[in-house]
Amino acid sequence: MSDDRKLPVVGPDIPVEGAPTEGGTPPGSAFPVEIEVPSWRLVTTLALAGALAGLAIVLVFSWAQPRIDAHRARVLQEAVQEVLKGPERYEPLFVYDGQVTDILPAGVDSTNADRVFLGFDEGGGTVGFAVQGEASGYQDVIRLIFGYDHMEGRVLAMKVLESKETPGLGDKIIKDMGFVGQFEGVLAPILGIKTGDSTGDEKEVEMITGATISSRTVIGIINDQLARIGPALDSYRVGGGQ
Amino acid sequence: MRETSPRQDFMRNIWDENPVLNQLLGLCPALAVTNTVANALAMGIATFFVLTGSSFLVSLLKKLIPGEVRISAYILIIATFVTIADFVLAAVVPDIHKELGAFIALIVVNCMILGRQEAFASKRPVGRALLDAFGTGVGFMIALLMMGGVRELLGNGSLLGYAVMGPSFEPWIVMILPPGGFLTLGVILVVFGWWEERHKPRWQPVRQWTHGVDPGEMYGPGGWETGPAAIGAPGGAKQEGTF
Repeated sequence: MSDDRKLPVVGPDIPVEGAPTEGGTPPGSAFPVEIEVPSWRLVTTLALAGALAGLAIVLVFSWAQPRIDAHRARVLQEAVQEVLKGPERYEPLFVYDGQVTDILPAGVDSTNADRVFLGFDEGGGTVGFAVQGEASGYQDVIRLIFGYDHMEGRVLAMKVLESKETPGLGDKIIKDMGFVGQFEGVLAPILGIKTGDSTGDEKEVEMITGATISSRTVIGIINDQLARIGPALDSYRVGGGQ
Repeated sequence: MRETSPRQDFMRNIWDENPVLNQLLGLCPALAVTNTVANALAMGIATFFVLTGSSFLVSLLKKLIPGEVRISAYILIIATFVTIADFVLAAVVPDIHKELGAFIALIVVNCMILGRQEAFASKRPVGRALLDAFGTGVGFMIALLMMGGVRELLGNGSLLGYAVMGPSFEPWIVMILPPGGFLTLGVILVVFGWWEERHKPRWQPVRQWTHGVDPGEMYGPGGWETGPAAIGAPGGAKQEGTF
């Protein structure tokens, strides 16, 4: 079935009534369309469809956004609870310019400061800080949160919040308790060692076989964050300030 | 237009003209997000929703959409449903939404969906278009679940997260990695092709070939218009009883 048959024979020399002549193009030399739909109708159709689509999306968005935000907040809250070993309560603080503070100086944007969470036990004593950090892993950015006991200089626990590491290998940093469990009580800064090389040092964490880069990134994130803001956290005492 | 019964509209897309197994459409999600049954299921449901919604609207509005802008209008309709599905998944099942990542948004460019709009929904009454969309959606879901089932079982020793292979089973990690998708799809296509070959109507093609007749014409005019051949997918010819 050839489409050629449908086309009317219009040569370049034959004037076509009503056809626009622009830029010297002979009328009718463009592909003729069987039924001419006015362009205003095309534009109106698409504009109307776009407006309706936009309206539908806005409606769904306004329904979904509070739920998405609530979920995000809940995930963070659960993570803080988990890495601080279920504190009685915790409060958000900032680390800015080497100081732990609950209120940032005027004019400092909160994105320039580190947000940490200080946990308290039943007696009002501090449990430690929950600190977030991120770095590039094997596939994509790994984002995690860890609890840090600033009195003892030990990591309390570690939880990966976001990772796209290889399923079955790198993603063991999330769920493999053999790896994740080692962060409970390990002395900072952490030493990553190969499986079986353990010497009993309290700083050692055995890396996952086949996921060295992911393991090393996790350890690196914690060490880097502690090297950067650790001194500020270490010297922080409730009430007495620095 | 190939004449079909309502039953055919629904049934053929489930198995005989399965979008993935026969038409080889929608392979990107079929390969990318089928490493677990749960992901396959979520992708299947999202695609089903988008396909049904789009087919319904396209069929309903077919008289109002001028031919010149029909593709833009279809894509607009599809993209709207995809965005809605994206938000709903993020709000209702955030963990699965995170796993599927960009592939939810990529449903927009799943040629299976646009193909059904252009080849079917835009030319049929609403009821038929919906039947066709249901069938295609179910067929797509079946293919994804086959992939997801095999890959999760072999790659993780579990089904829907429940360990079924016993503690002594050593997972085939490769099956949940991208190569596992290709391997699984290949094996499934071979099995599907073999099954199809066995259940093909037993007519004699040799005589037709020697007389130089295109076997595609055997099923009457318009036999190519719907289904896979209309969107230029391989496997379409096979369906019409040719090689």
